Amino acid sequence: MASLSEQDPSPNMPLPDRVAAHGLNEEEYQKILDTLGREPNDTELGIFSVMWSEHCSYKSSRAFLKQLPTCGRAVLQGPGENAGVMDLGDGLVVVFKMESHNHPSFIEPYQGAATGVGGILRDIFTMGARPIALLNSLRFGSIDDPRTPYLIRGVVGGIGGYGNCIGVPTVGGEVYFDESYNANILVNAFSLGVAQRKGIFKGRAKGIGNPLMYVGSKTGRDGIHGATMASAEFSEEAEKKRPTVQVGDPFTEKLLLEACLEVMKTDCLVGIQDMGAAGLTSSATEMAARGGRGVDLDLSSIPMRERGMSPYEIMLSESQERMLLVVKKGREEEVKRIFSRWDLDAVVIGKVTRDSNLRARFGGLEVASIPIASLTSEAPVYNRPAERPKNQDEIQSLDLSKIEEPKDGGVTLKRLLKSPNLASKEWVYRQYDHLVRANTVVAPGSDAAVLRVKGSKKGLALTVDGNSRYCYLDPYIGGVIAVAEAARNLACVGARPLGLSDCLNFGNPERPEVMWQFFQAIQGLRDGCMALKVPVVSGNVSFYNETNGVAIYPTPTIAMVGVLPKLERHMTPWFKTDGDLVVLLGRSREELGGSEYLKVFHGLVQGTPPWIDLKAERAVQRCCLKAIDKGILRSAHDISEGGLAVALVECCVSGPQMATGVKIELHEMMRMDALLFGESQSRIVVSVEEKHLKFLQELAAKEGVPVNVIGVVGGSRFIIHPMIGLAVEEVKTIWATALENRLNQV
Amino acid sequence: MRWGVIVFPGSCDDHDVYYGLKHVLGQEVEFLWHKEILSGDWNCLVLPGGFSYGDYLRPGAMARCSPIMQGVIGFAQKGGLVLGICNGFQILCEAGLLPGTLMRNASLRFTCRHVSLSLEENDTPFTCLGKKGELLSLPIKHGDGCYYADGPTLDRMRNNRQIVLRYVSSGGQAVPEANPNGSVDHIAGVCNEAKNVFGLMPHPEHAVEAILGSEDGLKIFSSVVATCNRTEN
Repeated sequence: MASLSEQDPSPNMPLPDRVAAHGLNEEEYQKILDTLGREPNDTELGIFSVMWSEHCSYKSSRAFLKQLPTCGRAVLQGPGENAGVMDLGDGLVVVFKMESHNHPSFIEPYQGAATGVGGILRDIFTMGARPIALLNSLRFGSIDDPRTPYLIRGVVGGIGGYGNCIGVPTVGGEVYFDESYNANILVNAFSLGVAQRKGIFKGRAKGIGNPLMYVGSKTGRDGIHGATMASAEFSEEAEKKRPTVQVGDPFTEKLLLEACLEVMKTDCLVGIQDMGAAGLTSSATEMAARGGRGVDLDLSSIPMRERGMSPYEIMLSESQERMLLVVKKGREEEVKRIFSRWDLDAVVIGKVTRDSNLRARFGGLEVASIPIASLTSEAPVYNRPAERPKNQDEIQSLDLSKIEEPKDGGVTLKRLLKSPNLASKEWVYRQYDHLVRANTVVAPGSDAAVLRVKGSKKGLALTVDGNSRYCYLDPYIGGVIAVAEAARNLACVGARPLGLSDCLNFGNPERPEVMWQFFQAIQGLRDGCMALKVPVVSGNVSFYNETNGVAIYPTPTIAMVGVLPKLERHMTPWFKTDGDLVVLLGRSREELGGSEYLKVFHGLVQGTPPWIDLKAERAVQRCCLKAIDKGILRSAHDISEGGLAVALVECCVSGPQMATGVKIELHEMMRMDALLFGESQSRIVVSVEEKHLKFLQELAAKEGVPVNVIGVVGGSRFIIHPMIGLAVEEVKTIWATALENRLNQV
Repeated sequence: MRWGVIVFPGSCDDHDVYYGLKHVLGQEVEFLWHKEILSGDWNCLVLPGGFSYGDYLRPGAMARCSPIMQGVIGFAQKGGLVLGICNGFQILCEAGLLPGTLMRNASLRFTCRHVSLSLEENDTPFTCLGKKGELLSLPIKHGDGCYYADGPTLDRMRNNRQIVLRYVSSGGQAVPEANPNGSVDHIAGVCNEAKNVFGLMPHPEHAVEAILGSEDGLKIFSSVVATCNRTEN
């Protein structure tokens, strides 16, 4: 396939090549001809190309996404806007969304990740909310891959560089390593903002004759075709696409953020939207579509960073830190005054029109005239064929009797703790400012971050989750578990789920096996959401995460937002007081499929993911929440990757004070490796004062949750009798330093 | 007493200082815009943390040229109290109100965590409620916090007792592991010769409420309040 340079397509290129280079197929080109009744010019071809790209049009996923539950009492705005909006009570709302920036981050990790953060922040403040938190979900290739240390340093540096500078705290996230991402890392960024319920803005172009104003950075030639690039597979040529990655300027975005929030306090604004993927083209088109109007743009008036830019380049530029405003006629000067106070451009570039066309002029000539609907609601939709992969049975088969049990539990645990997937991620989150805005009650490194909300007695809990190995083995179960685990993380800090945002990262949707994974995962997410009553209010889909025909593991990531009725009743995962009893809520099963243990020790990603029963899941979460509400718990921690043994290590060593020992006795009759490292779901390990034990047992019995006292907190040793006996300081050192040591080795 | 918090383009912790002063300490406090000329009656001016002008040139190098800085310098020269936190500390060094400079962290990475600090001097308006050698737990969050001054300057500062805060271990020892950014002599905060200008890299405004992890920062703000009340009476 011919490839586009970042500038104008060569007019000399033969037509079929030009169409293909724009990522359009013959059928789609025919649809353009039918729509326009003529051949498109180059600018128009470029506009169709980005608006019909998978990234902007959701052409392969739209039909399936309808299955996700998006309604609920607290939902004020579901999917379809820049971000979802949910009611928090007390006249306040939360605005949140997660979005992927995978391809750019692989090509240029620092700028790719930085602009991912910049983009998601604009999605939040364009709704009228001040962003108060960032989280991220990162997946890198094997830590032994020579490119991984470069990529993680770049991505973490970019996230910190942008978030720290703009003054929004990064309060949590997840980091995983797996060969599956060697040639296609994932960077999913989440942000949440708080606004007054009455102060919400939407991306709508309304009021015929109202001016369109361009604010923020000047337009340059960066990021042209970013959306199209993000909608194609990678090859070895990916490096050449570096110019399609935008360059971030967090300082300008900070000014833009403050200026926009200031303008929103006046009543000058009709609508506002950021220029993200597909830049001016998509923001103008989407605003017009939502308002049921057309727009007329004068491209000569756009503030430009470089000379000689063509209309094609202006329409497709993805220069960062720009917003499009629809302003009440006659209020332009007021808006300009506010932006000039912050040293930013604010220029009238067009107006809202009666007809429903996107019209662009340049130097007096019309350079584009396209019906809005053809770019949005009437864009192509595909019901792509789905087919279960032929090797799915094979990867799901696992005969535990052929898996050798390790002899020494202590040695096994130590080796597992060195896995970068289980070791402390402090090296990562220490590079993020998690304190600015003075709301962070529980910092990164816990099951979920806890924030206070100024002006409310309530607290917010935030978590991101997803286990892609489970999804690879069974995308349906993987989808269910992603939702269940996110909600369980919230329960462990004392929060009930409010809503979620998802990033669905998959391979090439033109391959039936990938579509099958996608379809299955959506069903799983849906069933998880329905059972736990969590609506999906925003998110995005990222397809084409594959290189040279090899797809990543199907990776739906979930960012869930929860509410704590009383902030001071929040819970943390670490043990606090010697003599407290350690209690396991939930049942352990003899299962190892998809576990980190199986991967690290036996090199296997095989079997079926852990069993999950959503009734049992609901019960264990309810039990934990009630116990926290009653104030009888000292700690609560979700058991996930690495199983019970690793969860207990985290309880002992992850607190802000000195590590504490524990003495555990396990009596269950099952394989030692499954007992210690199996990843059975719906389990929470808690610690309580002895005098509260009876109450906890009664509570668990009422909810139908298995409850077992497994040990006692205290001492200087980490003991799981009779398999493990180690000095807790040794365990802590391994866990705390493993990731940094591995990164420094390369 | 009246506090002024100066807002530069790119200030981030301005709201947090304001919130702490107003809602935790019940003080009278106002934001001051960097493009304005300083006017009015102030007891203490705070230059907050953040990334003024994006730190694109050198932290603090652009902000020191903001119109309001002429007034801040004049205010300091007349003995007014000026507190610079993180980026504010960097601006005060660039403006020549404090000795030394702040360079990139030795790790070359941004670092955000709680550190232990030893309060070295308590005869300043910013630390008068503390005891000499007292340990404080405050968070740091910066990429350019490596304090440096040349030998003769350091000697002068020691003689004048201008080194106010040093990074130490939780046991109070100035061991290398306790130095989070490579600062010379573990220096975390310094004052000028007259002791009315104080700059520090740690963030006292992020340690004023128990629910957010520490209240040790109150010592610094309360010292200023106590000093001003004494003068006013």
